[in-house]
Amino acid sequence: MIEFRDLHKAFGPKPVLAGLSLKIADAETLVIIGYSGTGKSVALKHIVGLLQPDAGDVIVDGQAVSTLERDDLTKLRQGIGYVFQFAALFDSMTVADNLALGLRRRRGLSDEEIDDRVREALALVDLSGTEQRLPAELSGGMRKRVGIARAIALQPRYILYDEPTTGLDPVTSAVIDRLMVRTREHLGVTGVVVTHDMRSAYTVGDRIAMLYEGRIRQVGTVAEIQETEDPVVRQFIEGRPE
Amino acid sequence: MIEAIGRRAVAAVEAVGRVGHFLMDTVRALPDVRTWAGPAIVQMRRIGVDSIPVTLFIAAFTGVVLALQASYTFTGTVPLYFVGTLVGKTMMLELGPVLAGLALAGRVGASMAAELGTLKVTEQVDALETLAYDPQSYLVVPRVFAGTVMFPMIIAFAIATGIVTGWLTSLVLLDLSTPDFLKGLKLFYRFKDTWFGLFKSATFGATITLVGCIVGLSTRGGAEGVGKSTTRAVVYSAVLILLLDAFWAVVLL
Repeated sequence: MIEFRDLHKAFGPKPVLAGLSLKIADAETLVIIGYSGTGKSVALKHIVGLLQPDAGDVIVDGQAVSTLERDDLTKLRQGIGYVFQFAALFDSMTVADNLALGLRRRRGLSDEEIDDRVREALALVDLSGTEQRLPAELSGGMRKRVGIARAIALQPRYILYDEPTTGLDPVTSAVIDRLMVRTREHLGVTGVVVTHDMRSAYTVGDRIAMLYEGRIRQVGTVAEIQETEDPVVRQFIEGRPE
Repeated sequence: MIEAIGRRAVAAVEAVGRVGHFLMDTVRALPDVRTWAGPAIVQMRRIGVDSIPVTLFIAAFTGVVLALQASYTFTGTVPLYFVGTLVGKTMMLELGPVLAGLALAGRVGASMAAELGTLKVTEQVDALETLAYDPQSYLVVPRVFAGTVMFPMIIAFAIATGIVTGWLTSLVLLDLSTPDFLKGLKLFYRFKDTWFGLFKSATFGATITLVGCIVGLSTRGGAEGVGKSTTRAVVYSAVLILLLDAFWAVVLL
């Protein structure tokens, strides 16, 4: 289970997270929505210790992330897949090497097992045959799918998606949504998705939480959010300017 | 105004603290040989082998100019075989390491800051961390190791090239014989001349690569941030090389 516990984070004088508290149950996909710049990605980065909180903490499987020693943090990260907003593929490596890099960190995996895992992960995202291509030779949608494959290949317990459909056309966005659903069904992983794409949120989420002014404004099932009477949440999900 | 000075002082102290923290992290990553050994070999080729042409080019012309300027200065007052002495001593002690160091600050330091800066702003460094890699082990240690090991080798070639071109210039343009040039070259030679120059080169290599890594990995923003980091890396490296050069001269000579 992942739990944000009264998390505070500021960059300079500007507070971004101001008491974020939220629980994500095992095997569910929780979508965090909110305006641009409200700290959704910042919250996600705290889960894997890429950022240190000013106060509060994130608890993953009973461990307070900010207090972990480097070795324990490394172990924790091996159980979490992270899909970056712009894929963050290593541009000097082939697709296969991008996927294999994290696996080579795991002790006890032979080269054959690593190759098998790479092939399986690419097949799951419908990108078989792209092993030897460089990221620069892929379209935006393909790069995102490779990013997802890189996370899947690790066979993690959790996958964190940072704006997985941003910048993609509607059809490619739908492909990515289907992929996230398929990943959960095949691997049974817990997912945290950060997005402001409401169609995507409704498709992949079990629950949706809205982050507003540094804390959770409302959290509920997809149906509850769709029927909310909270004016801030309503305005956001309907995309009204005022 | 006092507030501005205070802010700058605090920022300077913070920067020193960050550099200290970075150095500690680099030292802590040293035992993780399994992670850094492979990338280090790649970096040794990039920093070492790929830098040889530009370094030798500079050294070759430095040797020519040194021989001609020595002859111009000595004419009528000092025996001409002292040209060999001046070319040898100057190439080994000063111009070989410093000129090559400044040239490589541009070539190696700038490319390192640009590469790591791009990795940083495109979240590839964050991606490495989420894949359970320590960026210090995977990115920094291989570069600093390669710079420290390869700089003395490249600069040894540069020194040799400068001496050879100085000798050829003496033969062709100054009417100095080979035995006379060699006599001058050996006249005040001490083994310290060799190790001092090469030791200094190793410290230049470590400095340039460390600066490239520190500046590159602290890049913020997009392409503009990468551009600023590249410039900063070259300027900081050049200044530090000259400071280190003076420091070693005071301490070791």
